[in-house]
Amino acid sequence: MSATSKPMSPQRRRFLTDTARMAGGCVVAGSALAYLVSDAKALPAEALRPPGALPEDDFLAACIRCGLCVRDCPYDTLSLAELGADGIATGTPFFTARDVPCEMCDDIPCVAACPTGALDPGLTNIDDAQMGTAVLVDQENCLNFLGLRCDVCYRVCPVIDEAITLELSHNDRSGHHAIFAPTVHADKCTGCGVCEKSCVLPEAAIKVLPVRLARGSSAEHYLKGWEEQDAKGAPVVEGIIDLPDRLPGPGTDNLAAPGGFEPAFKLPGAGQ
Amino acid sequence: MSAKTKLPTGQEAIEVKGWLGAHRYLILRRLSQSFFLFLFLMGPWFGIWWVVGTLAGSRTFGVLPLTDPLVLMQGLAAGHWPELTAIIGALIVLAVYALIGGRVYCSWVCPINPVTDAAHWLHDKLGLQKGWQPKRSTRYWILGAVFAVSALTGTIAWEVVNPVTMVHRGLVFGMGFAWALVAAIFVFDLLVARRGWCGHLCPVGAFYGLLGSKSLLRVSAVDRAACDDCMDCFAVCPENQVISPALRGKPGETPLILSPDCTNCGRCIDVCSVDVFAFTHRFDNHVKTDEQVADKAA
Repeated sequence: MSATSKPMSPQRRRFLTDTARMAGGCVVAGSALAYLVSDAKALPAEALRPPGALPEDDFLAACIRCGLCVRDCPYDTLSLAELGADGIATGTPFFTARDVPCEMCDDIPCVAACPTGALDPGLTNIDDAQMGTAVLVDQENCLNFLGLRCDVCYRVCPVIDEAITLELSHNDRSGHHAIFAPTVHADKCTGCGVCEKSCVLPEAAIKVLPVRLARGSSAEHYLKGWEEQDAKGAPVVEGIIDLPDRLPGPGTDNLAAPGGFEPAFKLPGAGQ
Repeated sequence: MSAKTKLPTGQEAIEVKGWLGAHRYLILRRLSQSFFLFLFLMGPWFGIWWVVGTLAGSRTFGVLPLTDPLVLMQGLAAGHWPELTAIIGALIVLAVYALIGGRVYCSWVCPINPVTDAAHWLHDKLGLQKGWQPKRSTRYWILGAVFAVSALTGTIAWEVVNPVTMVHRGLVFGMGFAWALVAAIFVFDLLVARRGWCGHLCPVGAFYGLLGSKSLLRVSAVDRAACDDCMDCFAVCPENQVISPALRGKPGETPLILSPDCTNCGRCIDVCSVDVFAFTHRFDNHVKTDEQVADKAA
C-alpha cells in the first residue's frame, strides 16, 4: 500500500473479509452439493421411470418429488426413492418391473397427475411410451430357446405380436422340433416390464433395461445397400458389373470344379 | 437488574396468565404443525385423500394445486419451464406467505421445527453454551449457492439434501435414511450451534423470510412502555435480534417487528407477563396511548 492511499476503514475491511469468507464457504458447500447431485444422477438399471418421463437429465430438473404420480397410479406400481435405500435421486418416482410392472393405463393417470411436466403431458397414447426396452438377456436359460414352449412373455405382452414375436427356427438338438425364439422389436416395446414380471424363471431371462443400456445405434453415414437399391430401383453405383455368384454345392454353374470352388491358385507343375 | 431475571423463562407469565395463557401460541403452533402433517397423512393412514402429495407439491380436494415455490424456482434455475399447474400452485403459496409472513412456514408448518425446538429445549435444560454461531446471513449465502448449483448441474439441487421436504416425504411415503438427517439436525442444534439450523443455515427459511419481508401480519410491541426488562422475550425468541428495534424503539419509531427473520411464532406474546406484544398488521404502528401519557409524565 502506498503511503498516499488512505488506510481501509475497519467496516470496509470487515465487509470484504466476511464476504470473502462466505463466498469461500459457499464454494466448498456448493461443490459438496454438486458432488452429491451428480452422484444422485446415476440411475440403477433396474429402476425404470414412469411413462412419459423426460430424459434423466431433464427429469432431475423438472421433478419436484411431490409423489402425486405415485398416488395416482392405480396399480401401486410407482414408489418414491428413499434416502440411501434405492440408489436413485431421493424422492423421485421409479418402478421395478420384476416387482410391479406398469399396466399401461389408457388414460395414463401418472402423467396427468404430474404438476411440472417431468412426466411429459405430450404422451397421450401409452403405446408410445418408452420406459425402457425389453431384452432377452439370457438365451441359455430361456425355455423357448431350449426348444420348449413357454411363450409366457410373448403371451402377456400388452403389445403382443408387435413388441414381442416368436421367430421360428430349426431345433438342431432334437433335429425335428422347432425353436420359437421370443424376439423383441424395440420400436414397438414400451418397456412396461410385464414380460419380465411374468418370466417363469427364478431370475427373469427377459429384462427391461433403460434404452441407453439396451440398444446400440447405427452410424449416421452407414447406408444399407439393399435398402438404397430398392429405393433407387437400380444399382447404387453406376456401371457396376454384377458377376455371377459362385455358390458351393452341386447344381451350380461352376464348370471348372463341379460341386465346389475352383482352387484360388494352382501350383506350377502340378498336373491336372 | 431485578431479581426477576433469575426466574426461569416465562415463569412470571405463567403466574400472571396461567399455564395455558402463557403457552397459547405454542400450543396453537403445535396444533398447526400436527394439523398440516395430519392433512397429508389422512390419505395413507385412513384412505381419506383430501390432500395428496407432499409439501413440495400437493393437490387438495382434487382441485387446489400447491407447490413449494423454492423447489420450483430451483427447477427454473436448472432450466425446466414447468407446467401451468405447478406455476399456479407456487403462486398461491407465494401470495399466502407474502401476506401472513414468509417464515410462518417455519414456525407453523415445517416438520423440522419441532425437532429444532426440542433440541433447544434440551440445550436449555442441560445449560449448554451457545456454541459456534455462524453469521445469520449465512443462510442467504447458502440460498444463493443452492440456486447456483441448480443452474450449474441442471438439477433441483437442494432437494438432494433438504431435510424439510425429505422428512415430510418420509413421513408420508416411507422414511429410509432420512431419520439420520433429523438426528443430525438435532445434534447440531444441541451440541454444535444453539438455534443453529433454522436461525443460521436453512436456505428454506431464508427464502421464506425474503418472501414475507413485506408481509401484512406482524407482531408489534404495542405496549412497550409496560416492559419491565425481564428479558423473557429475548430468551424465548428464536430470532431475538428482531425484538430490540421494536421494543426498544424511541418514541415515534415503529413498534412493529419488521425484520423478515421473525417467524410470527408468537412466543414473545405468550411469555410476556405484562402483554407488551400483540399480533397486528404492518400499517398499525400505534403504541398504547395511556402509556404514551405515562412516557410524557416520566
